[in-house]
Amino acid sequence: MEAKAIVVNHEKCTGCRRCELVCSVFHDGVSNPSKSRIKVEKWEWEGLYIPMTCRQCVDAPCLNVCPVKAIYRDEAEGRVHVDHDICIGCRSCVAVCPFGAMNFNPVEKKVFKCDLCHGDPQCVRFCDMKAVDFITPSRESLNKKRDAALKISEARKLGATIQYEGL
Amino acid sequence: MSLDRKVAIVDLTTGKIDIKPIPLEVRKQFLGGRGLAAYLLYKHSKPGCDPLSPDNAVIFSAGILGGMCASAGARTDVMTKNPLTGLLGSGNFGGFFAPELRWAGFDHIVVKGKAAKPVYIFVHDGEVEIKDAKNLWGKSVTEAQWAVREELGDPDVKCAVCGPAGENLVRYANVMSGIKNANGRSGGGCTMGSKNLKMIAARGTMDIKIAHPMEALEFDKRYIEQITSAKVNQTMGTLGTPFIWGATNSWGGVRTNNFEYNQLTYCDEIEPENIDEWSKKSIGSEYNMTGCFGCQVHCRAKYKIPDTPLARKWGVVGNYDEGPEYTSQGAFCGEPGCTHLDTLLIGNHLVDQYGVDNLEIGSTISWAMELYEHGILTSKDTDGIDLRFGNDDAVIEMVHHICKRDTKLGDILAEGGIKASEKIGKDSFKYLIHMKGMQNLHSDERATPALALNLALASRGSDHLRSRPAIDLYHLPVPVMRAIYSSPVAYDGPLSSDHTEYIGKPWQVVWHENCYMAVDMLGTCKYHTTFLGATLPNFEDWSKVLYYNVGLELSPKDIWDIAERGNMVERLFNIREGMKKDDPYKGEILAERYFTEPCKRGAPDVIGKTIDKNKFLEMRALFYKYKGLDENGVPTPESVKKYGLENLDKEPSRI
Repeated sequence: MEAKAIVVNHEKCTGCRRCELVCSVFHDGVSNPSKSRIKVEKWEWEGLYIPMTCRQCVDAPCLNVCPVKAIYRDEAEGRVHVDHDICIGCRSCVAVCPFGAMNFNPVEKKVFKCDLCHGDPQCVRFCDMKAVDFITPSRESLNKKRDAALKISEARKLGATIQYEGL
Repeated sequence: MSLDRKVAIVDLTTGKIDIKPIPLEVRKQFLGGRGLAAYLLYKHSKPGCDPLSPDNAVIFSAGILGGMCASAGARTDVMTKNPLTGLLGSGNFGGFFAPELRWAGFDHIVVKGKAAKPVYIFVHDGEVEIKDAKNLWGKSVTEAQWAVREELGDPDVKCAVCGPAGENLVRYANVMSGIKNANGRSGGGCTMGSKNLKMIAARGTMDIKIAHPMEALEFDKRYIEQITSAKVNQTMGTLGTPFIWGATNSWGGVRTNNFEYNQLTYCDEIEPENIDEWSKKSIGSEYNMTGCFGCQVHCRAKYKIPDTPLARKWGVVGNYDEGPEYTSQGAFCGEPGCTHLDTLLIGNHLVDQYGVDNLEIGSTISWAMELYEHGILTSKDTDGIDLRFGNDDAVIEMVHHICKRDTKLGDILAEGGIKASEKIGKDSFKYLIHMKGMQNLHSDERATPALALNLALASRGSDHLRSRPAIDLYHLPVPVMRAIYSSPVAYDGPLSSDHTEYIGKPWQVVWHENCYMAVDMLGTCKYHTTFLGATLPNFEDWSKVLYYNVGLELSPKDIWDIAERGNMVERLFNIREGMKKDDPYKGEILAERYFTEPCKRGAPDVIGKTIDKNKFLEMRALFYKYKGLDENGVPTPESVKKYGLENLDKEPSRI
């Protein structure tokens, strides 16, 4: 069965950072965004907010770079996971992640990343806007097709001409 | 944990910084936020001080649930002796500052004294520094925030800022945060300006331990559903607070042309649906609402200023801002009698950038317009500005002149209504719609005795967010009202579903006063309690949310008593600073026009209405009785003792 993944629709994000709160409460029992696996990046002066979290990459740079093989693919839960018993804290994974999704806790001296909350990601559960969602990648592309089609449909209703520049 | 956050007491004259814990018994007396701030202001400001002197204090406070699992623990309270009124100045803003302050290890920053040159205070992970603000002084609200982030090399710094209006000592200057979070109605920005304090910048990475994390998460999920399932919040989440205008203006509850009328006509442009349409169009396909920390109501719209002659004249075409709120509709349209969307959006943007109270500046300009219409002010006084009602350009121009204090009239009006009336003379004072020296928001309460009583009794001056029983307008069945108003303390007196009635209203105002104080102590939002919706959480739910998050075991009645104590400290502060119940400047009495001028417009239950003075005084007397105050509104010795405040004056500050 196709594994679900966290999908970000930033245009739905209101920038409230509830995802950061519930992530740190669920994992660490504290309110502390610096311990959250997800972070909302903001451009306040234009009202733009983009939640950033781990994509659980198919060809994961963090997994590939780890010199002690502490990072492995957990197929059952559809995630890339860190085994802290093996991890030596070299932070190579932090350096190579293209999304900044691998974090380092300077107090506990451990890397940490999104573990999908064992199949029920709290960021998704608490985001009423569905700016972060937990669906299969196939469903994501189907949704995107539908959304794009809706825009074309609406544009047609308005009698607009769609210009396919460069195609 | 929540209880280990500290208080920093900063003396800008000496540069001394004291960091103190909050003793548990003080927590149990005042919780945090506005309640504890009232205690700190009482103890850390010099009695009878000039609000602009170093003897005044300005206090930045997070609520005890700030940044926690409590739907939206986002609110910051700023308290000071208000330069506008000489009484309690207290305001509340949303956004992200309070949680950041708590992650930095602090719940309260008390600032006293005066710096020799412009400074800002940087609070980070348990440390407090006073830093040079020479690169920030003179900058607008947003410019200053982006500049400090650049300077500190951290885009996640959150700020509470004094804008140019505060630097120029406009007496109703706000403290601002982010794009538009405004600590209105406090004069806090002016106090900051008088201390050469540009901002508090906060950045934190410290844990706030949740007492029972999994239970807190689960409870919060249900709590949020209770809040977001209310129709009023769903509407607010799409149209923002302007939706209120649609109801109140059509009914005749908005004061227009200062106080001449109570309904704005021919104003389709500023109806909520039209504002929403422009917001979407101006932002484009990625448009959505925004909001405060953790909040799923997201009541804040975004917009860019349209390309109009007025916007071109003032150089603000295409500028981004958020809102506008219901109050800006009143301040820039209802009160001055203007009907254009661009005036509303530009006015809203300017107050956000200058850091000034939209309600006070709108009311002040509208009052000046009425004086101009009556010939009390002439074009000689206005430097040729045609201050007639409905002159959009004049309103915008006066916003600039007041905030910059660069014309004679702008400079006078920046002093606030009462001081300006002394300078303008004639009978200008009688046109001023104020209580305790603060002008009223744009709502008209002549048809709603409960709301009028709230205005007169609000601790910070004419205001709706201290005790307004807004649900009184919903004509709720008496059994429903009984269920709300008989908990957590018994009440078996009269209640009436009729908003034009006087009976039962004093108790409603008492109840809401404690309800809103409790919300402000928790640091959550009034839209998440019994303010605009009857089904929203209150004391019962807070008892649980406090237990799961903080670990404090307090019954609903305990929270009520703590809120009552907070309100009593605010009252004692006002009495200390000269409040007397019938004083036309500093009293708990409506502006005379409420009693003498009938509403000229509106629905049948509004038109022709005035407030009956005798009945009003009876309501006030009953309110005093319910609150354990004597006939002059002063807490009786028994009440003072009951709330453990008998040593308030004598004891050294416990923090």
